[in-house]
Amino acid sequence: MTLASVDPIHRTRRTNGYDVEQVRADFPILSRTVHGKPLVYLDSAASAQKPRAVIEAMSRFYEEDYANIHRGVHFLSQRATDAYEAARAKVARFINAAKADEIVFTRNATESINLVAQSWGRKTLGPGDEIVLTELEHHANIVPWQMLRAEKGFEIRVAPIDDTGQIRLDDMAKLIGPKTKLVAVSHMSNALGTILPVREIVRMAHAQGALVLVDGCQAAVHKQVDVQALDADFYVFSAHKIYGPSGIGVLYGKYALLEAMPPYQGGGDMIDRVTFARTTFKEPPARFEAGTPAITEAIGLAAAIDYMMDLGPSFVGEHEHDVLTYATERLSAIDGLTIHGTAAEKGAIISFTMAGAHAHDIATILDQQGVAVRAGHHCAHPLMDRLGVTATARASFAAYSTRGEADALAEAILQVKRIFKL
Amino acid sequence: MSDLRDLYQEVILDHGKNPRNFSHPEDANRTAHGHNAMCGDTIDVFLKVDADGKIEDAAFQGQGCAISVASASMMTEMLKGKTEADAHHLFETVHALCTGHDEDADLADLDEDTADRIQILAGVRQYPMRVKCATLAWHTMDKAMNDNASDGFSV
Repeated sequence: MTLASVDPIHRTRRTNGYDVEQVRADFPILSRTVHGKPLVYLDSAASAQKPRAVIEAMSRFYEEDYANIHRGVHFLSQRATDAYEAARAKVARFINAAKADEIVFTRNATESINLVAQSWGRKTLGPGDEIVLTELEHHANIVPWQMLRAEKGFEIRVAPIDDTGQIRLDDMAKLIGPKTKLVAVSHMSNALGTILPVREIVRMAHAQGALVLVDGCQAAVHKQVDVQALDADFYVFSAHKIYGPSGIGVLYGKYALLEAMPPYQGGGDMIDRVTFARTTFKEPPARFEAGTPAITEAIGLAAAIDYMMDLGPSFVGEHEHDVLTYATERLSAIDGLTIHGTAAEKGAIISFTMAGAHAHDIATILDQQGVAVRAGHHCAHPLMDRLGVTATARASFAAYSTRGEADALAEAILQVKRIFKL
Repeated sequence: MSDLRDLYQEVILDHGKNPRNFSHPEDANRTAHGHNAMCGDTIDVFLKVDADGKIEDAAFQGQGCAISVASASMMTEMLKGKTEADAHHLFETVHALCTGHDEDADLADLDEDTADRIQILAGVRQYPMRVKCATLAWHTMDKAMNDNASDGFSV
């Protein structure tokens, strides 16, 4: 039981529906100014801001309960171990894993994918095998597989997107075959916002005996994720994108798969017995958590999950969709602006380019007006190549975003047009 | 918005929109490719250096923001007729001014027009995230002159 879940103010918010101003008041950073203007933070897809509940949970843990975990018999060691393992159980409930032992804590989603590549992939993949990615993937779900391919000699096949930025299931069906060992896909595109039909992709892959890894970095904050309903074999995400701290990520894996996987890194806390002749390893998840982990960050992640569950993912989803729809209307009305990614199923991201102004110039001019957007390739060079651009500007919305901020974005874009005489 | 007007001065907007020497001269004998991994900007710099080390021709191609294209365009104009030593001195001056190390910049030997243009580029120093945009072309030029390209690792 956390403070947030017994706080009557929080309960009122849930029963009274969604009050975005009240949500904003939970995020201290949102009250600051940038270049003398109120901060309009539209870069949550890169990293979300943190509510006071997360910041205070981490401070409190350092002040009252901190010690290393899984080691000591002293009081604080036990307290810290309990809190760390409770965080694991909370993550399991958050994504509806069958049990807490299916949750491996990593540094971030990137490390989670590398873990699967270097452990499961290294053991499993070889010449003649194929894995299937999509054109939408973040470099984190491309490069670890290329690095392994260089050693193991399997094939990487890539599912194309259509002009709306969505994956077509008939294309997917052509790529997934008896040689396919893994399909690794985003749940939601970080660059375009497209939400992929993951359940159908999983069904297709499983029919061919292939496993599925889902990169849930963007989806985990916008959707209620149910790994069992999806039937995903691996699901990865980072805490910092769901209002938690940086430095900790999650790998969910079906337990039977994790159990059959060799260790990823060696060290303390992951061993059963060490002699110079031979070492045996612990069962998952400990097998994959060598060394002292991000303990306080796990406590912060648990607080972030409490916070999100308290807001109510369905309320948040509706709110974000409203802001997305409104912002899309405002931006669509701007002459010379092109929105990339118009899939019917789309999360709260708008990626855009403007004729005559490069994304970086747009972002600099927006920044001077307090509007923070991401500009660049969004760690998705292949997708940028597909779109025929080198960079886009990306506005991403979160639980604390408002229609007023969408207005501020649109106004700031008009300033770009004035400066560039467009 | 006065700050932004300093960065996006007429001359920057003009060179950004209508870059000079935007071509691939076939007789170039010093070339290099540069890119900014952070933003995806790319540039190819083409130089023709004669036997005495004088830059007869300078051109570029690539994609980037107004700052990086304008910087490249102005650079190619500045380089023509300069010696290798001049080019290196220009590179060091631009780099010093754009990164706020004025004490390392020596504008004394430069003609007024070149010095003015470099000062305009140096407006980028107020925007630390954009310094690499302004210096990409210059780093690439330096690489072309020194032929010190490294391929690194790839998979």
